[in-house]
Amino acid sequence: MTYVAVSGGKEAIEASIKLLDFYKGGTEKDVEIEAIENKLSLLVDRVMGEAGLYSKTYAALAIKQCEGSMEEAVFLLRAYRSTLTRNYYTNVVNTSEMRIVRRISAAFKDIIGGQILGASYDYTHRLINFDLDKEKAAELRREVLDMLGAQEPEEISLCPRVSDELRKEGLIEQYAQDDKPPHDVTMSMLEFPADRSARLQTLARADTGFISGLAYSALRGFGQEHPTVGELRCGYVELCVPYPLDEQEEIYIGEVLLTEVECFNKADDKEQLKLAVGYGAVFGRNETKAISMAVIDRELDHGGPYPTQNEEFVLMHGDSLEMNGFISHLKLPHYVTFQSKLDAVRKTRA
Amino acid sequence: MMNRNYNFAFLDEGSKREIRRAALKAVAIPGYQVSFGSRELPIGRGWGTGGIQLTLSLIGPEDVLKVIDQGSDESVNAVNIKKFIGLCTDVETTTKTSEATVIQTRHRIPEVPLTNRQILIFQVPIPEPLRIVEAREEVTKKMHAEKDYAPIWLQLYESLVKYNKVTIASEYPCMVSGRYMMNPSPIPKFDNPKLHRAECLYLFGAGREKKIYAIPPYTEVISLAFDDIPFEKENFKGKKCRLCGSENTYLDEMFDQHGDRFYQCSDTSYCQEVRDYVSG
Repeated sequence: MTYVAVSGGKEAIEASIKLLDFYKGGTEKDVEIEAIENKLSLLVDRVMGEAGLYSKTYAALAIKQCEGSMEEAVFLLRAYRSTLTRNYYTNVVNTSEMRIVRRISAAFKDIIGGQILGASYDYTHRLINFDLDKEKAAELRREVLDMLGAQEPEEISLCPRVSDELRKEGLIEQYAQDDKPPHDVTMSMLEFPADRSARLQTLARADTGFISGLAYSALRGFGQEHPTVGELRCGYVELCVPYPLDEQEEIYIGEVLLTEVECFNKADDKEQLKLAVGYGAVFGRNETKAISMAVIDRELDHGGPYPTQNEEFVLMHGDSLEMNGFISHLKLPHYVTFQSKLDAVRKTRA
Repeated sequence: MMNRNYNFAFLDEGSKREIRRAALKAVAIPGYQVSFGSRELPIGRGWGTGGIQLTLSLIGPEDVLKVIDQGSDESVNAVNIKKFIGLCTDVETTTKTSEATVIQTRHRIPEVPLTNRQILIFQVPIPEPLRIVEAREEVTKKMHAEKDYAPIWLQLYESLVKYNKVTIASEYPCMVSGRYMMNPSPIPKFDNPKLHRAECLYLFGAGREKKIYAIPPYTEVISLAFDDIPFEKENFKGKKCRLCGSENTYLDEMFDQHGDRFYQCSDTSYCQEVRDYVSG
């Protein structure tokens, strides 16, 4: 008889997981964690960013554990994050001191420090390379490393921001230095109106697809005018924690790869115009997300009738875990509430 | 078997203490939604993570745990939650309502009244009772502060005018201690009266929405109704459970292979107990 609905849950779940493991295996060939970490690095970056945990190895493990599902990988890293005790807070990172690997400006041809194209898919033709399966990874890598080894290293010079020059000219609004501790969205609930620190944290961890779509809507007409990417920089920043025995000293604990963007929009300044800046910063190389974040930051500051200008709408609906969790819960049984719904419908028809 | 790689009850002790503090505040202000720093769990947000965080923060080695989903201990989600809590604690579990000290539930209150040595923990998807009339958290917060519940009353009235019935199905709002309007989670209206002056502690956890609220023992909990139109529960008149014959329980409607309709207790543990009692 089948009338004991969804019982035997335990056996069913065990069998389901066994089948899942078989799907996950997929083939007799294995994929090494090191390969995922380094060959799927943009996926790794995205997972780390949306999870809010910078660990390439664990991100690669998570990706392998879930057949490369973006939402599941983020989920795994986030859940792991909950078990970790927070021991230290890093000192504020000054991204002007970034060791830059790529830097472009869509606002000015020549910028102090220069434009550095770096590695980018922007100018590739998206033609499937059918020879890729014959590629010899080790040889290729050695070739490039040999070439680089033969070159004379250049002195690393720090690049001032593009916005610094405009700020000197008084075209960009000056904000007072704000050193109050940031609102930590992982430790307390978001409240509205939200601090800018809470907004930027939420956007930095948001689902890339969600915020890219929102930013696109703002560019297309459901927002202000088309912004200009003043500067996009990608590079490494050093993380330091205060030395416990001497507040003046700090200890270097490692570096993270960031993409940072400043966008410019025209904005009212009483009788005249000024430039307003939108800011975006994300883990790893994820330029579309960083730009989208900057666009949305600016839209939220501006306010207005469109979805991207509504703080609660933007900040409450972009978290990968929250959106995917709540949507997937629709697959759970709703027998009791549906019975109640039926009862309410039937009563009005009696 | 408990996985020794993780802390007892998964979360670090600081997080568990923070959740208990939020629960204490909730008990002190019945029906008020206390915000808390909801942690991510290995179970999906929207799948009971608010309830699970409460359970994890409260559970100790001496506790006996029961988990139900839609009234059933055997439902995949209930089994899954029990399995997770079993991985990070080694507390005893039970299906018998009277044996449990901590009961986590989704969408039902057990048929047997709970006692003062038991805590019932609800999983809550949308804690805000005013969300159906106002989408913005910033605004609903003020409405609670000002006890401005007119839009909900208006909705009730409009439904009467239009359909001659109050058409809210589950999640039927109630007033707690005469002060805060509260969403009892998606339990059927059938269960609402069980909230009123109960002997046990009711705790509500919404993980995704990051809220905890509570109904302490013996608190007045009144489902919204007009003086001349009384509150009405789901109606199972003339129907009974096909397994145990109960006529006073919340029933699930089902169809067999031939398409014939029949009814069965939603509280599977109660249904079993009645059958055991009858067969001696």
